[in-house]
Amino acid sequence: MRMNKQQNKKYEPVIGLEVHVQPATRTKMFCAHPVPEFGAQPNTCVCPVCLGLPGALPVPNKQAIEWTVLIGLALGCKIANFSKFDRKNYFYPDLPKGYQISQYDLPFCQDGKVRLDPPDGRAGSGKLVRIRRVHLEEDTGKLMHSYQLSPANHSFSLIDFNRSGVPLVEIVTEPDISSASEAKEYVTKLAQIIRYLGVSYADMEKGQMRLEPNVSLRKVTSDKKQVTNLPDYKVEVKNINSFRFVERAINYEIQRQQELLEKGEKIAQETRGFDEKRGITVSQRVKEEAQDYRYFPEPDIPPIRFSDSQTSDIRHQISELPDAKRGRFVKQYGLTAPQATNLIQTQQLADFFEEAVKDGKKFGQEAKTIANVIINKKINWQNLLPAQLVQALVHGQREEIEPGVLEKAIDVVIARNKETIESFKKGKTGVLEFLVGQVLKETKSRGNPTEIREKLLEKLLIKE
Amino acid sequence: MRLNELTIKDAHEGLKKKQFSAVELTKAVLSEIKKKEKTIRAYITVTEQEALDGARKVDQLITDNQPLGPLSGIPVAVKDVISTQGVETSAGSKILEGYIPPYDATVVQKLREQNVVIIGKTNCDEFAMGSSTENSAYQKTKNPHDTTRVPGGSSGGSAAAVAAHECLLSLGSDTGGSIRQPAALCGVVGLKPTYGRVSRYGLIAMASSLDTIGPIAKTVEDAALALTLIAGHDPLDATTRNVPVPDYTKKLRDGIVGVRVGVPREYFGQGLNTDVRKMVERAIKQLEEQGAKVVEISLPYQEYALAVYYIIVPSEISANMARFDGVRYGKDRAHFGDEVKRRIMLGTYTLSSGYYDQYYNKAAKVRALIKRDFDEAFRKVDVIIGPTSPSVAWKFGEKTDNPLEMYLSDIYTITANLVGIPGISIPCGQVQGLPVGLQIMGPHFGEEKVLQIAYAYEQTTK
Repeated sequence: MRMNKQQNKKYEPVIGLEVHVQPATRTKMFCAHPVPEFGAQPNTCVCPVCLGLPGALPVPNKQAIEWTVLIGLALGCKIANFSKFDRKNYFYPDLPKGYQISQYDLPFCQDGKVRLDPPDGRAGSGKLVRIRRVHLEEDTGKLMHSYQLSPANHSFSLIDFNRSGVPLVEIVTEPDISSASEAKEYVTKLAQIIRYLGVSYADMEKGQMRLEPNVSLRKVTSDKKQVTNLPDYKVEVKNINSFRFVERAINYEIQRQQELLEKGEKIAQETRGFDEKRGITVSQRVKEEAQDYRYFPEPDIPPIRFSDSQTSDIRHQISELPDAKRGRFVKQYGLTAPQATNLIQTQQLADFFEEAVKDGKKFGQEAKTIANVIINKKINWQNLLPAQLVQALVHGQREEIEPGVLEKAIDVVIARNKETIESFKKGKTGVLEFLVGQVLKETKSRGNPTEIREKLLEKLLIKE
Repeated sequence: MRLNELTIKDAHEGLKKKQFSAVELTKAVLSEIKKKEKTIRAYITVTEQEALDGARKVDQLITDNQPLGPLSGIPVAVKDVISTQGVETSAGSKILEGYIPPYDATVVQKLREQNVVIIGKTNCDEFAMGSSTENSAYQKTKNPHDTTRVPGGSSGGSAAAVAAHECLLSLGSDTGGSIRQPAALCGVVGLKPTYGRVSRYGLIAMASSLDTIGPIAKTVEDAALALTLIAGHDPLDATTRNVPVPDYTKKLRDGIVGVRVGVPREYFGQGLNTDVRKMVERAIKQLEEQGAKVVEISLPYQEYALAVYYIIVPSEISANMARFDGVRYGKDRAHFGDEVKRRIMLGTYTLSSGYYDQYYNKAAKVRALIKRDFDEAFRKVDVIIGPTSPSVAWKFGEKTDNPLEMYLSDIYTITANLVGIPGISIPCGQVQGLPVGLQIMGPHFGEEKVLQIAYAYEQTTK
C-alpha cells in the first residue's frame, strides 16, 4: 500500500484542452450557403466556395466573428484591435482547398480565464483555468471509409462536404488542468457559459462541440524551478463526443502513460483516438516532429479591425453569466450556494425559477420552497409554466390545512388590516390580492387562494 | 472595313443604326477565327453556338427597340483562367482539362447581364504563370505581327485575339504584367485595374494578393467602356472596395495640359532595349508637347521588386495550387507543367518554418517599402510613365530554358501588382515591325486619369 501511494505521487498530470464550438450561425463561415441541418443528405449543402472550386473566394461571416468576440469577452479575454485570418496548409482529402482558413498569430481573443465552480457548489474544484486563445476557423468535410461499413472492405472512401466551411470557434486552455474530473468540470462550465451567451447549442451529439484534451505526465518535484516545467511530449486525444468520455479517456491516458514511464520508456508525441466501446485510446498518428503548416496571411480576406467601441457594443450583449447569477441567487433569495448552483445550470431553469418566485410571492410562497421543489425534482419543470408550479404548490398544500384554521387566519388578517379593508370598501378592489397573500402568510402558505379569496369576499360583504 | 475590325464604339453605333445585325458581327468574328486560328491559335475553346444564340437575342432586342448597352452584342473573348458556367475552363493546364465550372465569374456574369456575346476562351500560360504563353499545356499562340514570335503572356491568347481581330475585346488577368505585357507585344491596349476595382470571384487564382482582371482592347476608349462595365464592389470578393464606378469614358477628352507625368529613372536603366527606349522617350516628348509636365522621379526600391515578387507570388501559388491534389478534377499532379511545379516548390520553401521570416516575411516588409515609394511619387506626379516591356516580342524558345530571363521581361510591370495600382499599356510605335508598349501607371483607383492620358497620347499617333 505504501509503495502504491508513493508511486501515485511520482507523476502529476498536465492537461490542456482544445474545444471546438460551432456557433449557431444561419450560414457557413465564408459563403452564404446555409449551415446544413443535422443528418442532411451528403453533399447537398454545398456551393463553389465551400467546395473550394477554382476561383471561388471566401467572405467572412460577420455574425460568427462577433460571436467569437462575445465568447472571448465572456471568458475574460483581451480582444485584438487588429486581427486576421491565415491559411493553414496541409493535404487531406476532406480539405477541398488544400488549406484551412484559420487564425495563427493574431486570434480574435487571447489571455482569458475560467473559474471552475466553487467547492461549496456541487463538489467543484474552484480551480482557475487560463484561456490561451479563442479563434475562428472553418470545418472540413467528412470522410467515410468502406471499412467502416464492412471491416474487410478497403476499396473506397467517400467524402461528404456538407460540413466543409461550417464555422468553428476554437477555445484553447493553458495546461492548467491536473485531473480528469477537472477537465470534465471545465468543459461542462464552458458549455454552460456558451449556452448562456446563446451563441451555440453546444450539442455534442450533433458535433456542435468537440473536445480534444492533451495529456502528459510531469515528475513531481520539490525543486521550485522545475515545478512549472512542462513535459517534453504531449499526447492529443481525439474522437471524444461526451463529457463523460473526456473523463474516461483522460484517466485511461494517465494510467497508460504512468505505466510506460515507470518502465522507463519514453512516451511518443502522438495523436490518439478514443475508442468508446473499449474505453481505451488508440494511436492514430505519431508526430516525429511538429507538422509544418506553412501558415501565412489569407490574402483573400482583408485584416479585421475592432475599435474599442465595437468591442464594448458586443460586451453589452452579454447578459448575466452563471457565476454572477449564482451570487445573486444566494443574496437575493437566501439560497445556499449548492442550491443556487443547481438552479443556474441553464438559463432556462434559472428563468423558470425566478418567474415562479415572482408569481409565488402573490400566494406567499417562499423562494426557498420553490427552489426545493425544483431541485428535488418533485416536478418536471420543463413541462410546466412557472404559474402552474406555484398553483400546484398551493394546491398541494391545501390538503394540509385543518378546518377552522383558515377561518381563524382570515379573521386575524381582517382585524389587522382595518385601513386596507376601508379602502377596499371605498372601491379599491385591487387590495384583495394583498389580503389573500396576507392570509396565506398567516397559514404558512397553506390553503387554496381561490377559496381564500371567496371566503374573504364573503366576510367583507357580510360585515357590510 | 470588315465588321470584325471595328472598335466596340463603332460596332455599337452600327448595331444601333441597324447597319448590320449582331449575328452578322458575330459571324464576321467567327469566320476570322476559322481563317486565322490555324496559325494564331489564340483560342482554347470557341463557343460558336452559344455566341450565335447570344447574338440572336441581341438582334431581337434591337428589333423590339429595347435599350442597348454599350457592349451588347459585342463579341468578347475570355481568358481561360476566368470561370464560365457550362464552358470548359482549363486555365491552360492539363490538370483541369475537361473541368466545366458550375458557376460564372462575377465579370462573366456582368458581361452576360449586358448581353455581351462570349465568343470563346483564350489560351494562356498554365495557371497564368509565364510571360510568353509558351507554358500553355495546349498550344503555342503566335504573335499576329510575326508568327515566329511569342505574343507575350500570360494573357497571350487574349492579346493575340484582339490584335488579329478574332474578337473586338478580351478579358485577361494580370498578376505581374500578364495583361499589359502581351498587349504591348501584340500592339493593342491592355488595362490592369487597381487591386479591388474588379471582382476576382471566379478567376482561378495564381497569387491572390496581386491577381486582377482587366480588358484588352483595340482602343483606349474601348478599354474604358469595358472597365466601366466590369468594375465595382462585389459581395463575393472581400477584397473589392466600395468605391463608386464612374463612366470611364467621360473624361477621356479632357486633355492633359498641366498633368504631371513622372518618369522614373530606374525604368530606363540596364536591360532596356535601346530601340524600345527611343520609342518610349519619343512618346514622353509627345506628351510634353501636348502640355504635360514631365518630372523625373526615383523609385529606389524598384531594384528589389523582382525578388519580392518571386517570393510572395510562389508562396501564394503553393497554397492556391494545393486544391489540385489529384483527389478531385480527375487528374493527378503529374499533369502540372514545369513552371507550375517550380513555383509550387519555391513557395513551399519560402513559407516553411525556419524560412518564413527570412523570405516571406521579409518580402512582405519590402513590399510595404515599395508601396511607400509609389505613395511618395504620387504626391509629386499624377501618373508614372515608362516602357511596358524591356524588349519587343521575342522568338519562340528564346527564353524557355532560362526562367530568370523570362522573369526579367516583367521587370517594369510587376511593381504595379505589388503596390496594387492601375496600369495601362498602349502602343507607341514599332521597332522593326514589332510593337512597343508605353506603360502609364496611376495611384489607387486613379484609372480615370490613366485613361485620360492614354487617350490623349493615342490621339497623337492617329
